[in-house]
Amino acid sequence: MRISRRILAGLATASLAVTATSCGGGGTSGSFDDTVTVGILHSLSGTMAISESTLVDTEKMAIEEINAAGGVKVGGKSYKIEYIVEDGASDWPTFAEKSKKLIDQDGVPVVFGGWTSASRKAMLPVYESKDAFLYYPIQYEAQECSNNIFYTGATPNQQSEPATDFMYKRSPAAGGDFFLVGSDYVFPRTSNTITKAQVKQLGGKVVGEDYLPLGNTEVAPIISKIKKALPDGGIIINTLNGDQNVAFFKQIQDAGITPSSGYYVMNYSIAEEEISTIGPEFLEGHYGAWNYMMSIDTPASKKFAASFKKRWGSDRVVADPQESAYNMVYLWKQAVEDAGTFDDNAVREALVGQKFDAPQGPVEVMPNHHLSQTVRIGEINAEGGFTILEETGVVLPQAWNQKHPSSKGFACDWTDPSKGEKYKL
Amino acid sequence: MELLLDSLFNGVAIGSVLLVAALGLAIVFGLMGVINLAHGELMMLGAYTTYVTQLIFKLPILKPFYNSYIIVSIFLAFIVSGVVGILLEKTIIRKLYGSPLETLLATWGVSLILQQFVRSVPLAYGTGLVISLLIGLFLPTTFPSKIKESINFKYFKFSSWIFAALTGVLTGSLISSSVSKLSRASARNVDVTAPSWMRGQVEIIGTAFPKTRLMIIVITLISVIAITLFLNQSAWGMRIRAVTQNRQMSDCLGISTEKVDIITFGIGSGLAGVAGVAVSLLGSVGPNVGGNYIVGCFMVVVLGGVGNLLGTVLASFGIGIMTDLIGAGRLLSIWPDMPLPLSNTINFFATTSMARVMIFALIVIFLQFKPTGLFPQKGRMVEN
Repeated sequence: MRISRRILAGLATASLAVTATSCGGGGTSGSFDDTVTVGILHSLSGTMAISESTLVDTEKMAIEEINAAGGVKVGGKSYKIEYIVEDGASDWPTFAEKSKKLIDQDGVPVVFGGWTSASRKAMLPVYESKDAFLYYPIQYEAQECSNNIFYTGATPNQQSEPATDFMYKRSPAAGGDFFLVGSDYVFPRTSNTITKAQVKQLGGKVVGEDYLPLGNTEVAPIISKIKKALPDGGIIINTLNGDQNVAFFKQIQDAGITPSSGYYVMNYSIAEEEISTIGPEFLEGHYGAWNYMMSIDTPASKKFAASFKKRWGSDRVVADPQESAYNMVYLWKQAVEDAGTFDDNAVREALVGQKFDAPQGPVEVMPNHHLSQTVRIGEINAEGGFTILEETGVVLPQAWNQKHPSSKGFACDWTDPSKGEKYKL
Repeated sequence: MELLLDSLFNGVAIGSVLLVAALGLAIVFGLMGVINLAHGELMMLGAYTTYVTQLIFKLPILKPFYNSYIIVSIFLAFIVSGVVGILLEKTIIRKLYGSPLETLLATWGVSLILQQFVRSVPLAYGTGLVISLLIGLFLPTTFPSKIKESINFKYFKFSSWIFAALTGVLTGSLISSSVSKLSRASARNVDVTAPSWMRGQVEIIGTAFPKTRLMIIVITLISVIAITLFLNQSAWGMRIRAVTQNRQMSDCLGISTEKVDIITFGIGSGLAGVAGVAVSLLGSVGPNVGGNYIVGCFMVVVLGGVGNLLGTVLASFGIGIMTDLIGAGRLLSIWPDMPLPLSNTINFFATTSMARVMIFALIVIFLQFKPTGLFPQKGRMVEN
């Protein structure tokens, strides 16, 4: 009896300790006047955990950097940022539920979160109904423009359009036919609709497209279709997701679909992190398009990579999604300081027009709640990084894609009440 | 001709992956009637065994034999998954024979445990654990019968478990100190790279075939032949067939049904491990790799007719060839100028997603007419 009571007491202390630490970065230290608690909502378990946990790491690092530099200064007071990390568990309704919890129960002024479009679509109604604010850091298919979401990832015209242009005009397979491969969900299908329209405009030809159901790794039928449609090589646009890429690249290499035989794959979902998982020996000579690549040779980029490695381990890499996550924390801080309050509506107004010297170069928040960004085309090299071949100037984001038949001629502007989510240009 | 050959090869290639994955289940589910939802995770263990073997063969001592690691890993995967399967049978499934619903839930639970296990335990210590299980389970059986019959045998058994645990910890820390990649737990997917002699293509009658696919076909063929010979030619095979046909009568005739159950389940699980080696050549290895195959496995076994190996073989090749015919739109290239509505329909189904839908639909329709599959086993029904 006595023993069990002792165990119980021990458990109670342990759980107290857990709750104390889970509330974030400790108590207010002497140099701050107050604290502000923000929400971080990504999957820490389930299939998406591998990718999303890197964002949590980056966001924590950005918050620590801001705190070390004196915190957020609002109305003459300095605030230390603390955070509550919630687990979306790779389950989309959980994302919505945890959002409600963060907004209602914890009363956070902002939530940084999400990765998949499905999770964003699940969270969107929560933020709109409660008029709260979500910062979403992933390159995505666009065709959405919410007043309650701030998108720091690339829209298709900031990734796939310059990439398609490069492949058709200046790659070794220039002028060749296109074959589109993707996982079967919303991003690849929307992205490929845009690519098809663009290839048509350029005067090229899409000779085939196929989608692999999520979780399926049997690529044999796709390979025979590629061989039939592109017998002498050509351009393959790849929007496969996660580990399906491993199966795809292993098997196409075995089937002789390689750069040396004239097949060039342009990838929209393979960053440095994925290259190291798949193995550079399977990817060498293929291409990728991103706003940020670890090999960017600027002081800002090097500092970002170095501080991430210093914080989380020398074997870690940084990639485009992480850079977007890093930028959004800083942009939020700047907007809050400009607005002079944590109040959502004021911050939202102050956010548009914010400029930040990001690791990728200067970015600016546009009236459609997306970022103007630089696009880079890179060739994957044997060391597992990108050799940057091309760099565009700053590209303005299109929330409503101008090549997609359903959104052509529309735009989004939240600074003008008469325009809003979707207006005709 | 080339087209036909290509199509046939592709069909056989897809089918052989299905077959090697379903073969173990055909024995466990088909012969024993155990709905083992952890079958996919036993495959995953096989795939991870391949990965561990690959890394161990990169050590300086074993480096000269690196090219043969894949052959070694086939045997190791069989043993690893077999041992885990036997443990599973001894601790959980044995108590649940005859209650399919409970078995289903319990094995699903086991599958979750195994997934989480590879996520949160460093693979080096996982290997150590499997080695201690292997020793602990089999060392006592090697004692001479004189000791076994003595009263003190349980002490021998106990001390052999201690020995096993020590060996396990020792090998675990040895591996973890010599292969740094195995010393940390990681949820990240890992990658098996085929040795150089297995990469690229080989040319047969003017058509190029990927070597890894040929390797998988060979693994499948050998597994099927070995298991058929075992079931039909060996004494234990005969006992297994006897027990599956009439358990009470076999028991009466002096066959140890308990032993038969262990051996059958062990072999079925071991085959899942071999399948794991095969699938690790195709894609990446991760905690969820088994889940991607489990539905396909059950589909093949049900379609083939529960309790019949020939049915499983035909069903998997049938599904494989159909997948290729529909998914790659082969009919269009065989008959290019077919009427427009027909060619449009074929084009509509000629994507991987739609081909899957089509095949599931065809199987459902087929099972409406033949609910017991291609080759129903008539004798089994008497038992229930």
